[in-house]
Amino acid sequence: MSEHSTIRPSGFVPAASVNALRRPVAHHEPASSEGRRVDPRLMGRPDEAKDERLYRRMRFIRRFEERLLGLFEEGLLNGTTHACIGQEADCVGVIGLLRPGDHIFSNHRCHGHYLAWTGDALGLLAEIMGKSAGVCSGIGGSQHLCAEGFKSNGVLGGTVPAAAGIALAMKLSKSGGISTAFIGDGTFGEGVLYETLNIASLWRLPLLIVVENNGYAQSTPIASNLAGDMTARLEAFGIGVSHLDSTDVREIEAEGMKLVSAIRESSAPRALVIDTYRLCHHSKSDDNRPEKEIAERWQQEPLGIQAARLSDTDRLRIDHEVETAIDEVVETARALPA
Amino acid sequence: MMVRRLNAALEEVLREDPRVVILGEDIADPYGGAFKVTRGLSSAVPERVLTTPVSEGAIVGLAAGLAMSGYRPIVEVMFADFLTLAFDQVVNHITKYPAMYDRKVTCPVIIRSPSGGHRGYGPTHSQSPEKHFLGVPNLLVVASSPYHDPLVTYRALLRRDDPVLFVEHKLLYAEPVVAPEDGRIGEALGREESSTGYLPTVGISWVPPEDCTVTVVAYGYSALLAARVLERLAIDEEIFGELLVPAQIAPMDLAPIEASLSRTQSLLTIEEGVTGWSWGTEIAQQMARRQFGRLRRPIDVLASASAVIPSSRELEQRVLVGAPEMRSRIREAAR
Repeated sequence: MSEHSTIRPSGFVPAASVNALRRPVAHHEPASSEGRRVDPRLMGRPDEAKDERLYRRMRFIRRFEERLLGLFEEGLLNGTTHACIGQEADCVGVIGLLRPGDHIFSNHRCHGHYLAWTGDALGLLAEIMGKSAGVCSGIGGSQHLCAEGFKSNGVLGGTVPAAAGIALAMKLSKSGGISTAFIGDGTFGEGVLYETLNIASLWRLPLLIVVENNGYAQSTPIASNLAGDMTARLEAFGIGVSHLDSTDVREIEAEGMKLVSAIRESSAPRALVIDTYRLCHHSKSDDNRPEKEIAERWQQEPLGIQAARLSDTDRLRIDHEVETAIDEVVETARALPA
Repeated sequence: MMVRRLNAALEEVLREDPRVVILGEDIADPYGGAFKVTRGLSSAVPERVLTTPVSEGAIVGLAAGLAMSGYRPIVEVMFADFLTLAFDQVVNHITKYPAMYDRKVTCPVIIRSPSGGHRGYGPTHSQSPEKHFLGVPNLLVVASSPYHDPLVTYRALLRRDDPVLFVEHKLLYAEPVVAPEDGRIGEALGREESSTGYLPTVGISWVPPEDCTVTVVAYGYSALLAARVLERLAIDEEIFGELLVPAQIAPMDLAPIEASLSRTQSLLTIEEGVTGWSWGTEIAQQMARRQFGRLRRPIDVLASASAVIPSSRELEQRVLVGAPEMRSRIREAAR
């Protein structure tokens, strides 16, 4: 027998398969992969006020990442991980606009995107801990996640044509879906990005490019990395771009809504460039940015902005619920067999 | 003729399988592709035959997205030399997705690409770069063959979910395709052998296999040249070899080679790719391990020189494996 003869899908319908895309449309309520229960303490209840839900989901991602870094310090995790602390508003603001049948292709910094889409904290933590209960059975690890409507890969650039291919599938099958690719400023160095922007515009693919411009490609500041102008590069392909300098989830959501609606109406790509800031290191203990710069950015961090819209009572209640739920996830994950 | 058979096979699978989408540069009518393999297809099924910008990395990446969405993309890369531009997609994306996502997805992309020299196209339009793809985990590498019906091959590939690189030697386009029938291929004895999970290997000989004294393994255009050489050797010098021609060159079905080698006790592999770290060296290693005590002589591996392929036809012939070297090496190996 060839080793290939063992490579068979186990009855899984590909996430954006032709038929799966013909589903009714609703505001995105996460349906976690493989039937895992979504915890309303982490993702919110459908009847929860929007400001509370947005805060709750960002708090969930923030605390997940912080706990994860703690587990690394404890020596419980291997390899590396790229936390998105400071960028939570991008994840929550944009992904809340998407609905079943849409697709997200993320990158190395994918935990926030994954959690905002699926709510599956246990599947992700188990995955990063290398346990068989992980969402990819411990094979993918931190950067290589897959769930219904979600994928990530740790090599920059090459995910963008795949996202465009998913958009092409949506167009061919007339599913009405949107394919979203999250990239960063670093990806603007990769040539395949421009090949794909050209095709996506030429073929009018329902593709949303979300650029999380955190100003640094790993350690190199954007001034040493990028000539000209990011927005102008996208516009040169005839792609409509919205540019925000914001860590305000409400602002990101509102701008994202315009783009998502435009894509659904016109079936043509759009891009959202969000100037943001990573408040943690790139992966682990590799931060050489000026302390003063980081301290200043903590003054604009997204949870603080959104918390100001809540009463102290509500904020403390949500914080407590999130913390309790994450405690349970961590304890459960620790106890899982390898 | 191979080009018409490939063209007809693609049209057939396009019509019978609505998941098939064909992408590539300059593939649409009236041009119909640089080698005319896709001629007529964009007129027949316009919505699923898409001519693309000159962007190999992106179009192979697009195919990955299509494949993970339930489609069966077939991408033409105009010259195999340009496959390097899509290497990242093959190695880090297409062949990894199903495995690293623990089989939650399949990514059945077929990349087809005209390969090989002997036409004076020079250093960057003549190569057989498939050796760089051999051994990529989860990738099937297939070579067009004068003895395999391309429609049968395509149907078999579309029944599986593996990513595939399908190289088509340019000089085979104008040659006939003759699959074994009733135990014969033309004047020769011919038969298919296959193990579960592999495309079949065609065995050809000019006397019964038991009477052959060398096993020759070759694919693509080299297989056609080797067959011609072996036929002359049989007629002129009564040197009898058994030629084995796989369609699937990686991973390899080693059983037919091992069976033949246990009879002939001598093995020669032939490929047009450059020498060293090659298809043949892998087969040699596998067969040395399995048949060491029974070999009559060292396994021989014939490949092209490790050099750029010159444009000048005369210089090109000095670099690429051709019939004269095949003849002398088969004679030697048959002793």
